[in-house]
Amino acid sequence: MNDIILLPVLIPFIVGVILILFKKNIQLQRFVSGLTSLSLVFVSIYMVYLIYQDGIMTVELGNWQAPFGIILVGDLFASIMVTLASIVAVACLFFAFQTLHPDREKYYFYPFYFFLLTGVNGSFLTGDMFNLFVFFEVMLLSSFVLIVMGRTKYQLRESFKYVVISIFGSMFFVIAIALLYSVTGTLNFAHLAERIGEVEQTGVLTVIAILFLIVFGIKGALVPLHFWLPNSYFGPPTAVAALLGGLLTKVGVYSIMRTYTLIFTHNQDFTLNIILILAGLTMFIGVIGAVSKFDFKKILAIHIISQVGYMIMGLGIFTQMAIAGAIYIIAHNMIVKTALFLYCGATEKVTGTTDLKKMSGLLKTHPQLGWLFFIAAISLAGIPPLSGFFAKFALVLGGLDAGNYFIVFVSLVVGLLTLFSMVKIFMYVFWGSPSLTPEQAKERKVGKLLLPGIPLIIISFLMGILAEPLFILLFEAADQMLDPSIYINSVLKE
Amino acid sequence: MEILMILTVGVIVSVSTYLILTKSLLRVVLGLVMLAHGAHLLFLTMAGLKEGAPPLLGEYASSYADPLPQALILTAIVIGFGVTAFLLVLSYQTYKAHKTDDLDELRGSADE
Repeated sequence: MNDIILLPVLIPFIVGVILILFKKNIQLQRFVSGLTSLSLVFVSIYMVYLIYQDGIMTVELGNWQAPFGIILVGDLFASIMVTLASIVAVACLFFAFQTLHPDREKYYFYPFYFFLLTGVNGSFLTGDMFNLFVFFEVMLLSSFVLIVMGRTKYQLRESFKYVVISIFGSMFFVIAIALLYSVTGTLNFAHLAERIGEVEQTGVLTVIAILFLIVFGIKGALVPLHFWLPNSYFGPPTAVAALLGGLLTKVGVYSIMRTYTLIFTHNQDFTLNIILILAGLTMFIGVIGAVSKFDFKKILAIHIISQVGYMIMGLGIFTQMAIAGAIYIIAHNMIVKTALFLYCGATEKVTGTTDLKKMSGLLKTHPQLGWLFFIAAISLAGIPPLSGFFAKFALVLGGLDAGNYFIVFVSLVVGLLTLFSMVKIFMYVFWGSPSLTPEQAKERKVGKLLLPGIPLIIISFLMGILAEPLFILLFEAADQMLDPSIYINSVLKE
Repeated sequence: MEILMILTVGVIVSVSTYLILTKSLLRVVLGLVMLAHGAHLLFLTMAGLKEGAPPLLGEYASSYADPLPQALILTAIVIGFGVTAFLLVLSYQTYKAHKTDDLDELRGSADE
């Protein structure tokens, strides 16, 4: 039964390869990819259930025993992330069916969509540092292709910068792995966690830990390594931007949380302080950027940065409540941010622009779009009973219990500014006198464009209503992360 | 030998840093390729340049070379190869679309 954790990596990989063969047949590609991505959701939910019942699952590839061979490990945190990734991916895929230009669909959009999922799911499930690098590269190369697909001038210019900074980060990843290998002599997560306690020169280890923080910080868009994100997510079509915004940065955050709870636990006074400082900066600078912009898509893209700060804040506080809150806010953010991006795409389809100053009064012509966006926006800002409120509530509670008052203060101020920037979008886009003439409004229906986002809004609502049972699951996940011996024992079977 | 290797890595990384900071598209790409070489060489050195027999079944020796870093570097080289190919095509397309390879002129401006 353990083999089920192979499926989220294998299914998208095999389907992606097969879809390359049917380049011309868009209908078939759509049908197969829709079916596959839906099946991924069910597989991953079943995986969470099994892991909750039976504990951590491991698969030793090629039957090589744990510290020697590559190993896939599914613990609760990883499986929850896989589930979220597949939900986000389904919503983006069904949005892409309706909005993507046929040329893009013909030029291998669907295969690279699945290769991206392979890389993302692989990064979540791997239990080996070098394997993490390989899956990162799979994910990054697919994201390069997706982000530049269409080859407009803007896309080419901005994605070149994104590609260069990503490759630069990857090379640092190799360097960090080399240093880590020379100090510990192993790359298996569990084995590393065990050996890190035996290393005497903790100074070197701290340097390596910070190197990894830089590497994952580039992928996760931590301030001051965030500058590539807003422009490069602005270029591609909204379906792609939503997919990348929902998945890529979260993989960086996941890797930071994984390495800092499992491996680099030797000098926490220092490392966790740095993480808290970065969290505060990331939140604040991200939200200030969002407040200053007047473009629908750019505001959402920059908000990704500020939300990454919240996730890292949960790690920096490092209590059960805070870690559970961090996982909750990752879940909340992936769901709600994708919904917001999809409604941004629907708005773009209706008005033909993303510039806030060029549109107004959509609430009169397209009321459903307006209210659905409104629900997602106040969920992001943290109004109860939607999921955003409980995410921030858990983090604030954890921070107050641990005595980190300043970061709690910053997070509350940032929450207020988030609300401000969301209300700004709502006022400009949906209030005022309609910018479209009645004929245009009749012609440009949103109808089916709204459907992919609706399940996401329902999930956000349910996450808020069912916060208590959900937190039981998340506390379990946090306990697994805070006690590395559970992970080590289930991998090395001692 | 290790010292010499480390010095070589230092030289390669500094050259690549210089190249990445120049204004020409192609030089930035070359700089990244150099950086990859530096990283791989560092990996090889960091794992220890041990004298020893090849780690094969049937060889009996007092010490064996560590095969893991070499396998990992090989993987990293292959990945680097693919990424470089993509990057070259991307920079050529960028050059064709913008008619320039000067990064100063490829600066992002808000309105376009």
